[in-house]
Amino acid sequence: MSDLASRRRLRSTRSAAGGFLFTLPAVVLLAIFLVYPVFATIRLSLDTGIFLQLQKFVGLDNYKRLFSDRYFLSLNGVPSGALVNNALWLTLYVGGCVGIGLVIAVLADKVRYERSIKVVLFAPLSIAATATGLIWLLMYAPNPNISVINGLLSEFGLGPVGFLGSPGIVNFALIVAAIWGGCGLAVVVLSAGVKSIPREILEAARIDGVSAFQEFRLIVLPMMIGPLTVVTVTLLVAAVKTFDIVFVMTRGGPNGASSVIGYVFYDQVFQRGRGGYGASAAVLMLVLVLPIMIFSIRQFRLEESRR
Amino acid sequence: MQTPAQANNAEAPATANRERPPAARVALHAALILVVVLWLLPSVGVLITSVRTPTDISSSGWWTVLAHPNFTLDNYRAVIDAPGFWRTLLNSFIITIPAVIAPILIASLAAYGFACTKFPGRNVLFMIVIALMVVPIQMGFVPALHFFRALSIGSGYGAIWIAHTAYALPFAIFLLRSFFAQLPREILDAASVDGASKLRTYWSIVLPLSRPALASLAVLQFLWVWNDLLMALVFIQKDELEPLTQTTAQLIGNYAQQFNLLSASAVILMVVPLVVFLALQKHFVRGLVAGAVK
Repeated sequence: MSDLASRRRLRSTRSAAGGFLFTLPAVVLLAIFLVYPVFATIRLSLDTGIFLQLQKFVGLDNYKRLFSDRYFLSLNGVPSGALVNNALWLTLYVGGCVGIGLVIAVLADKVRYERSIKVVLFAPLSIAATATGLIWLLMYAPNPNISVINGLLSEFGLGPVGFLGSPGIVNFALIVAAIWGGCGLAVVVLSAGVKSIPREILEAARIDGVSAFQEFRLIVLPMMIGPLTVVTVTLLVAAVKTFDIVFVMTRGGPNGASSVIGYVFYDQVFQRGRGGYGASAAVLMLVLVLPIMIFSIRQFRLEESRR
Repeated sequence: MQTPAQANNAEAPATANRERPPAARVALHAALILVVVLWLLPSVGVLITSVRTPTDISSSGWWTVLAHPNFTLDNYRAVIDAPGFWRTLLNSFIITIPAVIAPILIASLAAYGFACTKFPGRNVLFMIVIALMVVPIQMGFVPALHFFRALSIGSGYGAIWIAHTAYALPFAIFLLRSFFAQLPREILDAASVDGASKLRTYWSIVLPLSRPALASLAVLQFLWVWNDLLMALVFIQKDELEPLTQTTAQLIGNYAQQFNLLSASAVILMVVPLVVFLALQKHFVRGLVAGAVK
């Protein structure tokens, strides 16, 4: 009797430990490559950190330098610098993707060739940002025989516009290219959202004589809050991390005009060997995604408590 | 007597649709077709440019190609014959395949632990995983490089395999856990009553039942690793180990204004992801939606 009970107890502790053992390989890898590095990188950002090695503790000096670096943040005249450019990415890239995604998801739902439309918009999502960058280098070439945009402008006697060479345009040009590449995500998720709206509700509204716009505003939009939030959050994180397309198309140029935090980090750490200074840029990226982190954890706890 | 009424009923949705004025329908189609054309334009431009001669490219726009068609495959030949091309393509596969299999294996074990077993601290641990999903991977680079150097695995593919595996885990665990949690409990319980160990339940019941989720994850991870540039720049230390994205990004400097070669390189870089996308589109889309909506 007691033998059986102790065996049972043994079994239950073993299964409790067993459950944890399944997560162990992942926990070890995450601890080494993500959890510990968060602290190590914060520590590095408080150091001169030349060539990635801790050298001399300098407190918040790197952050002070970062915010007084005119390539990072300049508020003289028109605000500029990597941080301002990231703000453009956060608003225009995310807004553009979500806006276009929503319009396409709703409109495509009404036609029979919906699948073809979606394939065309998804496809760029599967290719490398490097390829997207190359494709758009051609679109933005100053030569009106190579760039279809400058070709069209020259038909009207305008241009050629050096999209990537002019500091006032380059960020918008990069963001347009990125929207072309990334909008598919919004289309996929929002389209799934549109499909989940019960058809009967839409039918009923139509019978009641609701206009297409009212239908969108009063029925579709409120029922899409969930998918819209998820897409926005995902794209915001992507916008904070922007790197590839900037690296490929402009290397942050001309003269730093299109730099972003992710590029500052890469450039400072891996091209200039300023580990401490670059680390402060990485920490700033973490700070920017912190609200999203808190939001995701809250969502999870909410879902758990509903179970 | 019933038939006309039924027919009427069946047609109701269609008539509701047709209530919209025809002008609105035309505008709808026009807008959608315009978007499709705009979206295709850049890729079509690259595709056509890649099969034109340098002289044609600089003397007339690719959109006039139908007026005087003159195509060549020389650009592709030049890109493929460049020294190291095949090695680079091979590198992309060598880097990608283990970096897809390893994280799926490790993440599925962890997801099983989180979804199907109970242990103290489980929820806290899972919340940390969720938090790690949004941590910029840039935070990890310098400490990871130190780690690899200390173990002297910096010089081969080891570093990038391990780094890709580790950084893929939070999302992969999250995606698989939500799938595993929806598997019918009765099947898992029945297995345990029949005396199957947890490990056995995971391997011969949970994994086979989760094929759709595993396939979606595999497609997403394949595209992620294949398309990666940043991690290759950081973790590949030898020129002869560089993947296609990295060498293509460097071509932009080397080829500068040679748009014939740039466009052919772009097309070559896109071939594998596009084939994977078109063949496995269903899994790709399902993975994105599940990852986003859950």
